[in-house]
Amino acid sequence: MLSDGHIRFLIIANGLILLVAALLSKGAFLDPYNFQSMATQLPEIGLLAIAIMLTMVSGNGGIDLSVISSANLSVIVAALVCKALFAGADSSAQAGWSFSVLFVVIALTVGTLCGLLNGLLVARAGYAPILATLGTQLLFLGVATVLTGGPAVILGDIAPLSSIGNGDLLGIPIPFLLFLAVSIGVSLMLSRTRFGFRLYLMGSNAKAAHFAGIQTATVTLVTYTIAGSLAALSGIISSTRSASAKADFGVSYLLIAILIAVMGGVNPSGGYGKILGLALAGVALQMLSSTLSFIGANDFLKDFMWGLLLLLSIGLTDSSLFKTKPKPAPS
Amino acid sequence: MKALWGRVSARPEFITLGLIVLLVLGVSLLEPRFFSPQNLVATIRTTTRLGIFALGVLLVLAAGGIDVSFTAIGVFALYTTTTLTLMFFPTAPFALMLIVSMTLGALMGLLNGFMVWRFAVPSLIVTIGTQYLFTGFLKTFVGTKHIMDIPAAMDSSGTASLLQFSTADGVRVTLPLLFLVLVVTAVLTHLLLTRTLMGRAVFAVGGSSAIAGRLGFSVRTVQLFVFGTAGLIAGLGGMVHGSLNRLANPSDLVGTELDVIAAVVLGGARVSGGSGTVIGALLGVVLVVLINNSLILIGVPSTWQKVVIGGVILVASGVFSKRSGA
Repeated sequence: MLSDGHIRFLIIANGLILLVAALLSKGAFLDPYNFQSMATQLPEIGLLAIAIMLTMVSGNGGIDLSVISSANLSVIVAALVCKALFAGADSSAQAGWSFSVLFVVIALTVGTLCGLLNGLLVARAGYAPILATLGTQLLFLGVATVLTGGPAVILGDIAPLSSIGNGDLLGIPIPFLLFLAVSIGVSLMLSRTRFGFRLYLMGSNAKAAHFAGIQTATVTLVTYTIAGSLAALSGIISSTRSASAKADFGVSYLLIAILIAVMGGVNPSGGYGKILGLALAGVALQMLSSTLSFIGANDFLKDFMWGLLLLLSIGLTDSSLFKTKPKPAPS
Repeated sequence: MKALWGRVSARPEFITLGLIVLLVLGVSLLEPRFFSPQNLVATIRTTTRLGIFALGVLLVLAAGGIDVSFTAIGVFALYTTTTLTLMFFPTAPFALMLIVSMTLGALMGLLNGFMVWRFAVPSLIVTIGTQYLFTGFLKTFVGTKHIMDIPAAMDSSGTASLLQFSTADGVRVTLPLLFLVLVVTAVLTHLLLTRTLMGRAVFAVGGSSAIAGRLGFSVRTVQLFVFGTAGLIAGLGGMVHGSLNRLANPSDLVGTELDVIAAVVLGGARVSGGSGTVIGALLGVVLVVLINNSLILIGVPSTWQKVVIGGVILVASGVFSKRSGA
């Protein structure tokens, strides 16, 4: 693990940010409450970053620009259906449980379907991923706007459901536990299963993968579908945390999710990316964001910092930095 | 029939033109007001603002890249130029302001081009980063207030008219002089793409940068050129936008980049590069503007507009990706 230069760099970066943050905040940063609140915020974007990472690894200019729209559409459909079904129900514990289970099932289903649509467009209809997911981004956002008419759908405080976003287990926030579980799951999927092997091979050389007998269309389809499900999970966490769902919630998360993936060492041209790197980058950015809030930076300065960091991480993670001739540029 | 399809698919802008004609016929049957001079001029005004940006987008797409930072560049150039003018030289002529704005734009575009070429990362990722960089810098270090009191030269250029007439019901309709900026930029871009060696190099790199490199085209020069020029055009577009609206608003434009990219793709430029024409891009802009206008005119609720545009992007790019040789 420590032999990987990029991972080592990320670990050092995390240590440095922690040190600077502790000094700047005169120790207040190290308060357990602060770590709890950071561990609650990270998973929403972290899950989106994993979704984007998977599509990037698949190669062929892979990216899912629709993750945020998919997340919002999923929870809006779930919220509307559940609210309609349970409109007259009593507020008993049993009704709360049925509401919660149904909400999660519907949201995950809708998110998976969103991902499936992207996958069909890219893998079967031959769309460029940018174009397909740009179109579906608008489409999902549009459908969500039509369904809600614009304003947020209020979920309210429904017993077991709201603990997904707000609860904790032994002091560890549940969103963080979910993020951890998904990270381990995806990591194992990438390193231990045939699917993971095929995905990496396809991402580094689609032609070779094809001639090696890999059904590249199926691998692509599955990848985008998983991305949709992960987006829905992110939506479930954010909607239960804020007790509401909105068509254009968190639009600015897209850049940060891409930033986490690229900073984490995912190759945007495909074929490479590790969950560990992504998770470390996510933690580093979350700490940086909290530090910036601590010193009273406004959102504009944060935007500037994220943009700068994305460009810097493109430059710093590039192995050809000290070579005179770059690789032939895919754009 | 097959020969006809072959010819049409070789010139995708015919499909765009066909869609425009169908849309115009359909909407004018539903709503006769569509053919009013006001609506025509309103369409031209919006086309002027979006069309200039579309030409820059076209260049980048033709070279196989994508640029989502051009709105940020446009608004950065507009706002910074306006602020500098008010601070140091309030009576500056419009031409000088255009030069400053275009220079700022070109510098920002060159940064995009350098990053894309040097680090060989997808240009989408680079330009998402620079979009945040530019808008963040603008709002943190330059300013966040709307400037309503724009310099006199901007105001007079924005209100100057090429053509002015009154309709039967006494409404005064003005075709802005700045429409000519679009015409000139379009002609220059067209000549650049079709008549110069650089134009050939742009399409060659867009088709396949590896093969273009082996043929002796400098990929670096092309990347720097297209992103730099797209930035320059965005700087021009931002200034025209601000002058027409008579407002410099640092939160303007950013967020509309997908509409413009969609318009250029609807005009037949492939996202994978190597194709695209100026006339197609402009027809694409007209189509998107008309769709937006007519949805309002025939009373489609504004909540549906995103669904329609998203659907149109998917359907149209599907049609274009199926054409011969794709």
